[in-house]
Amino acid sequence: MDTRAFQRIYTKIEQITKATCTLKATGVGYEELAMVAGKEAQVVKIMDDQVTLQVFAGTEGIPTNAEVVFMGKAPSLKVGDALAGRFFNAYGQPIDGGPEADGEEREIGGPSVNPVRRKQPSELITTGIAGIDLNNSLVTGQKIPFFADPDQPYNQVMAMVALRAKADKIILGGIGLTNDDYLYFKNVFENAGALHRIVSFVNTTEDPPVERLLVPDMALAAAEYFAVDKHEKVLVLLTDMTLYADALSIVSNRMDQIPSKDSMPGSLYSDLAKLYEKAVQFEDGGSVTIIAVTTLSGGDITHAIPDNTGYITEGQLFLRRDTDIGKVIIDPFRSLSRLKQLVIGKKTRADHPQVMNAAVRLYADAANARTKLENGFDLTDYDERTLEFAKEYSRELLAIDVNIDTEKMLEVAWELFARYFSQAEVGMKQELMDKYWPNGN
Amino acid sequence: MKETAQHTHGKVSGIIANLVIVRVDGPVAQNEICFIQHADTQLMAEVIKILGDKAYVQVFESTRGLQPGMEVTFTGHLLEATLGPGILSKNYDGLMHDLDTMTGIFLKRGEYTLSFDMEQKWDFRPLAAVGDKITAGSWLGEVTENSIPHKIMAPFKLEGPYTLQSIAEPGAYGVTETIAVLTDSRGKETPVSMVQKWPVKKAVKAYQNKPRPFKLLETGVRTIDTLNPIVEGGTGFIPGPFGSGKTVMQQAISKQAEADIVIVAACGERANEVVDLFTEFPELDDPWTGRKLMERTTIIANTSNMPVAAREASVYTAMTIAEYYRSMGLKVLLLADSTSRWAQALREMSNRMEELPGPDAFPMDLPAIISNFYSRAGIVFLNNGQTGSITFIGTVSPAGGNLKEPVTESTKKVARCFYALSQQRADSKRYPAIDPIDSYSKYLEYPELLKTLNEQIAPNWAEQVIELKNILFRGKEAAEQINILGDDGVSIDTHLAFWRSEVVDAIILQQDAFDEVDSRCPLKRQKYMVDKILDVTDTALAFDGYEEVNPYFKRVISALKQMNYSEFETPKFKQYEEELRQILEERKTG
Repeated sequence: MDTRAFQRIYTKIEQITKATCTLKATGVGYEELAMVAGKEAQVVKIMDDQVTLQVFAGTEGIPTNAEVVFMGKAPSLKVGDALAGRFFNAYGQPIDGGPEADGEEREIGGPSVNPVRRKQPSELITTGIAGIDLNNSLVTGQKIPFFADPDQPYNQVMAMVALRAKADKIILGGIGLTNDDYLYFKNVFENAGALHRIVSFVNTTEDPPVERLLVPDMALAAAEYFAVDKHEKVLVLLTDMTLYADALSIVSNRMDQIPSKDSMPGSLYSDLAKLYEKAVQFEDGGSVTIIAVTTLSGGDITHAIPDNTGYITEGQLFLRRDTDIGKVIIDPFRSLSRLKQLVIGKKTRADHPQVMNAAVRLYADAANARTKLENGFDLTDYDERTLEFAKEYSRELLAIDVNIDTEKMLEVAWELFARYFSQAEVGMKQELMDKYWPNGN
Repeated sequence: MKETAQHTHGKVSGIIANLVIVRVDGPVAQNEICFIQHADTQLMAEVIKILGDKAYVQVFESTRGLQPGMEVTFTGHLLEATLGPGILSKNYDGLMHDLDTMTGIFLKRGEYTLSFDMEQKWDFRPLAAVGDKITAGSWLGEVTENSIPHKIMAPFKLEGPYTLQSIAEPGAYGVTETIAVLTDSRGKETPVSMVQKWPVKKAVKAYQNKPRPFKLLETGVRTIDTLNPIVEGGTGFIPGPFGSGKTVMQQAISKQAEADIVIVAACGERANEVVDLFTEFPELDDPWTGRKLMERTTIIANTSNMPVAAREASVYTAMTIAEYYRSMGLKVLLLADSTSRWAQALREMSNRMEELPGPDAFPMDLPAIISNFYSRAGIVFLNNGQTGSITFIGTVSPAGGNLKEPVTESTKKVARCFYALSQQRADSKRYPAIDPIDSYSKYLEYPELLKTLNEQIAPNWAEQVIELKNILFRGKEAAEQINILGDDGVSIDTHLAFWRSEVVDAIILQQDAFDEVDSRCPLKRQKYMVDKILDVTDTALAFDGYEEVNPYFKRVISALKQMNYSEFETPKFKQYEEELRQILEERKTG
């Protein structure tokens, strides 16, 4: 990074911890960027002339007489069309061997959109995956995470969703991505011929953890540029937000803050909300949609990270391995898309909401029947039929390898209803059953 | 509180996130408002701690770029709401700045817009006469705001008795014009306009007394009105894990409740949910007046990405507006979603000030703060004998869905209605997911309410409700027995007990918030359906084996459900009612 002329250089650091250093300096602004011995750092605390800097790459090897230069600005990104197709690190520097991307410099982590300038999201995102399109339809301007155990194929599903979603731009924020996954994304996007509409900010597991804190802000600053200035539909992928929260807790710990639940900082909710709330639909068609990944430990959603995330995001998607059919499915019980009400039955066929609910209710009956079976009780004829239904429903609709349009999904569901149940058992509005119940049953 | 012309000044000396330390040159008050000069904008902040010549202030904005040495001006007053005609239909931020008059797509730091149009003229009609005794909150006159009679009141800040010396003739006046002059016992004159200010953290006490609530507030939500009613001037809270339907629940109440004024404080929640309100309320009809919902609504939006300090202020701003309209003799419904975010804002601040933490790192005085806030709700007899009420319903978002956390526990001590949202019900899509057995309304223990219920609805209503609860309770026990012993291990009566409670569950408890007809169920219809259900559950039925029970009751429920989906008392409704009668006839005994 360039330094300006006549910048004052400080060379006396008074205090160094693993992530921060403190020195005497004047004329410094809060959240200002600085270079400490050539490493990026940011002002996190000012007490009179004592300035505390958080060094993103860690303070290893920094001597007390290191050169400290203040940059006079908050962390920023040069935004422009040149971003498309490029791979950057957490500081917005190219890692693909290409030149620096030129453009207008904008501060990252900027202000929020005035809520009255937002538009109610109403544009359906179709993915071809029935577990999403039928049961948990996504909408532009939505923010939704996958809650997944580390061994589940969430990155694959996310890449698939991204490519099918017909977005103008896809921004990948890789937070502590393994090198293998980074290469996976790169390959998938390349093979799909989609590289020109993708911008990536990647911090891999090889990079210092605190640097990760910059990745979502970088990705979202780029997303805002395309959505606001270019009126484009932008899809942001953030994986894995659990590692982002872990980085937050490292910093707050080093700053001697009192931890709240699960050793996370008390501000975790606000910190995560500031990112996720960048998802927005504008009047002029531009939008930012965020699909994130929050990895769980042992499926525990009461942990502070998934818990706070769940309160912020508009639903969540769960993956589960269905042993009956040997495939990964989108779990219909625990998954939820809060914005689906804005589109289902409106942008899709009128019977969509009730078909969705009836199928899930019958699937729940099957789960009860399974419990009965496991406890050694006899099953009724109805129980037997729900089990059969559940298996087919899982195979033909919930599995993540399904790729059909929404109308077809509804037809499949009606066929399954008619195959296994009577109209009274399905229990929907009579007008709908009269209209859609397959004949010949 | 000092009210001097000479304001105290100070200079920024330290910054940690949104906590700024200011070195001051004169007196400052706790909770006093000050402005920090940053380039050409002024950032609003509130004093939250004073140590020697250092004032700790929480800034209602991002502190990015602030530097030591920047100028700070103290205003000499606390955080105040500006009250007057023009508040209804507005969308405010947490500090009561009008969001619609702000410029640009993004919120700009330091852009503080007026709470309402100060130029607008209103048709004023005097209500008081020269010579009348006047105290704080006395009605001086009236203007019509969105068809609601908006009383122009003597300022709440008045102390002691005054006499009305003069009052404006009927006609159009600007909000800041003097419409009355009051004199105190010493003859000192106080001019009064349509606008007044009030510090939001103080309760407005301009009323005679606050009796126990005694009247049901209809919400159109069956599981509330029928089983655990909320009352005019009552308090309730809805805790529940995410995805259990808190917000849908609150939105249903805000749309349907029998209130004159609805104030929604979206406190630290999702922006898209507020946008739902912005988009839908101007379109939807108020079921009580036929006018648009937005006309009776004011929205305070501090979404989760807006500055944290203003989040704390937002609930107080909302409560102050509610108190203002209550003083006009109106029925106000105040909804806050979610009070947990407000508590978290307190926690973030307490943490930055390095206070010793209480449970889960929340401040020690959290229970006191919460109970103090809830106590501002209630029904009151105003000084002129009229009644006004604030019904307050807050949602709580318990961390990890665990109801044993500090915010839920503190709230449970003060709120009289408890609507427990159950994850299990939500998972099986039984919405609203309010657990009928865990939830309660303490108001059902009030004899004065039971008396009005029996008058408002029907003479035997209270007993019917108890019967419904018993059926649900017996059904829960039966379900446990069936789970343990198996379908064939229990008697047919146990199956019947289970299925009767399923009927109550499917028809009374469950309600489709997205269906035009079912979403709102007026009291009269609720009473009709309760009679119908009790009729079904009282009918003795004969079965040859337990296998027959399940399909039979599925048909009963299906017929009743179609009734719920049909307009009340239409031929379609009656057709399903007849279908139900025939189904019952099939197996009726004796």
